[in-house]
Amino acid sequence: MSSLLKITDLHVSVDEKPILKGVSLEIRQGEIHALMGPNGSGKSTLAYTLVGHPKYEVTSGSIEIDGVPLNDLDPCERARLGMFLAFQYPVTIPGVKVADFLRHAVTNIRNPARKEGESLIPMRDFRKELKDRMEELGMDVEFARRYLNEGFSGGEKKRMEILQLAMLQPKFAILDETDSGLDSDAVRVVSEGLRKLAGPQMGVLIITHHERLLEYNVPQFTHVILAGRIVETGDASLAHELHNHGYAAVRQRHPAEAAEEQEHQKVAPKVAAIAK
Amino acid sequence: MTTDVPVLDDEIGVGDYQYGFHDPTDKYVFKSRRGLDRDIVHQISEMKNEPMWMREFRLEALDLFYSKPMPTWGGDMSELDFQNMFYFVKASQGQEKSWDDVPDDIRKTYDRLGIPEAEKKYLAGVKAQYESEVVYGSLQEDLAKQGVIFTDTDSAVRDYPDLVREYFGTVIPSADNKFAALNSAVWSGGSFIYVPKGVKIEFPLQAYFRINTQNMGQFERTLIIVDEGASVHYVEGCTAPTYSSDSLHSAVVEILVKRGGRCRYTTIQNWSNNVYNLVTKRAKAYGDSLMEWVDGNLGSKLTMKYPAIYLMEPGARGETLSIAFAGKGQHQDAGAKMVHCAPYTSSRVISKSISKDGGRAGYRGLVKATHDAHHCKSNVVCDALILDSHSRSDTYPYIEVNHDNLTIEHEASVSKIAEEQLLYLMSRGMSETEASAMIVTGFIEPLVKELPMEYAVEMNRLIELQMEGSVG
Repeated sequence: MSSLLKITDLHVSVDEKPILKGVSLEIRQGEIHALMGPNGSGKSTLAYTLVGHPKYEVTSGSIEIDGVPLNDLDPCERARLGMFLAFQYPVTIPGVKVADFLRHAVTNIRNPARKEGESLIPMRDFRKELKDRMEELGMDVEFARRYLNEGFSGGEKKRMEILQLAMLQPKFAILDETDSGLDSDAVRVVSEGLRKLAGPQMGVLIITHHERLLEYNVPQFTHVILAGRIVETGDASLAHELHNHGYAAVRQRHPAEAAEEQEHQKVAPKVAAIAK
Repeated sequence: MTTDVPVLDDEIGVGDYQYGFHDPTDKYVFKSRRGLDRDIVHQISEMKNEPMWMREFRLEALDLFYSKPMPTWGGDMSELDFQNMFYFVKASQGQEKSWDDVPDDIRKTYDRLGIPEAEKKYLAGVKAQYESEVVYGSLQEDLAKQGVIFTDTDSAVRDYPDLVREYFGTVIPSADNKFAALNSAVWSGGSFIYVPKGVKIEFPLQAYFRINTQNMGQFERTLIIVDEGASVHYVEGCTAPTYSSDSLHSAVVEILVKRGGRCRYTTIQNWSNNVYNLVTKRAKAYGDSLMEWVDGNLGSKLTMKYPAIYLMEPGARGETLSIAFAGKGQHQDAGAKMVHCAPYTSSRVISKSISKDGGRAGYRGLVKATHDAHHCKSNVVCDALILDSHSRSDTYPYIEVNHDNLTIEHEASVSKIAEEQLLYLMSRGMSETEASAMIVTGFIEPLVKELPMEYAVEMNRLIELQMEGSVG
């Protein structure tokens, strides 16, 4: 049976400022969803909320995987239940080698009941697997010995996120603007990488401004978010339309949200910037 | 040491100090009464059957100890009660060459600490000091044949009187500071090492210091002489039982590295949290030699320790790598001193300190150049990592230079574990503890990778233990 990520009427605040105002979404394993929307509409807020960022406070509504509520779980517990976020801005962890980090992560995800200090997956198997995945993504194996994201270019960081996705094989993957800030070659590499990984065992939510990622990974569903609400849902052609014509038509169709969006940006440009 | 620590029994819980057990032994050969006075000093000297010069050296130092005030800087020593300590405890008849001859209770302690096992695997020689004296010693035969001396300092006074008398107290005079004076008065045990010209010792020599008695004062005295073109790596480890009242460890370590010689002195200090660790360490490095201190301070209640290198002749290099970790109730006042006494000398200090659960860790350092020490270079980098809002880090860098013809660089940074870093690691399935430990391990990685593998593993394991049991 395929797993279900179910988001019901989710309200989220940052620093007591409401950002998401009732988001509902269902993603099944094997499906690809696109989430599009103008800056400040709440896309990244949804991403961070799903993985349990402590700054994002759920004021009402629920997130469930197969009926298990995630609201009170920390990011580690959610990851062990199959949630994954490819970060828009992956942080640097100085002194921690990619291989060591991934070996811990892979061990925990595959053995969710593991306690600290219990043994890690065997080095030999892990090394082979890591080498294979890196080669598939066209990455220099030397990266395994580098410190996590330290001195990485924008493209290298994004590829590192995709490598983690490949190693951890989550049930649900959220890609937060994984294609932003990359040149077209890098976008192609990331897009192809994702296409190879996404399959019947993975539900994918692609947050993007661009269309490129979606060309390689055609979404069955496209959602448009405006001022913290999903205002429209369509198929791949909706994504195509938004890419070609922008959000003007969407705003016209949803004047109440468009007004709210304007108000929001006037009152709290700073919060909008955080949510971006 | 391997990653497998001997499994200890129910006294030890996860996240607790692992070496907090004590031996039930009460079969001491000799235990002085509490407190310090001239009679105690006489008694120690008599027990050791020392020559008169050493007894006079001690008594002079005792007067210096009395005459010097307590330092008013550094850590809080107001609860340190000199009259409540035992200054000399002799646990066995003498230094044994086989573990089988070491009294059972004591041998078991070292078994639990994994020393005999480490000795078999990768050490060229071992000294095990229990309370005041060395109870076990070994040295690889081929090294002994090449003239290497590795013995306890008590035996050295008897067996190599000329060598000892020539150098003892010359690097750190008794009058240097109050605790150097105290050590000079009541010293006992410690290592004496002489490496003859051109002899390079490949594997480390290790000394292991253990305090077992409550309110014990341990005052080992180490003297290392590395002759021209010779090299040695000496490693010391320290542990003690956890008691509710305090013990004192106040060592003096003197090192001479002659022309072209090389000495690395590594400390993995893991005293229990009731030990005052007030240690004076100093080396003199002569022409084209290299002296390195690798100083890891993880345990103790209060540590005040600033390993010094006096660069005596052109071409001498000094390097100190310092790691201090202060948890609950701990204050690590660690650092380094580099004194450029000659032109064309260079020094480097890298210090990493970590504080958590209200602990306080700091760097206190001095770079000094005499006025004819031109064309010198010194580079100091200190980084501090603070794990929570009630912990503290201090940096006190002192520079004393009277002319321009030299380069001194000093960089310092203080960082907190960023929420974003924790989130990133946790979102990959790591618990908060595991994620914090990984960030800390990464923070000290540039230093740990300088250590031989076995010690790097040990250091990382100790850091992980320090991190455990702290969250939640």
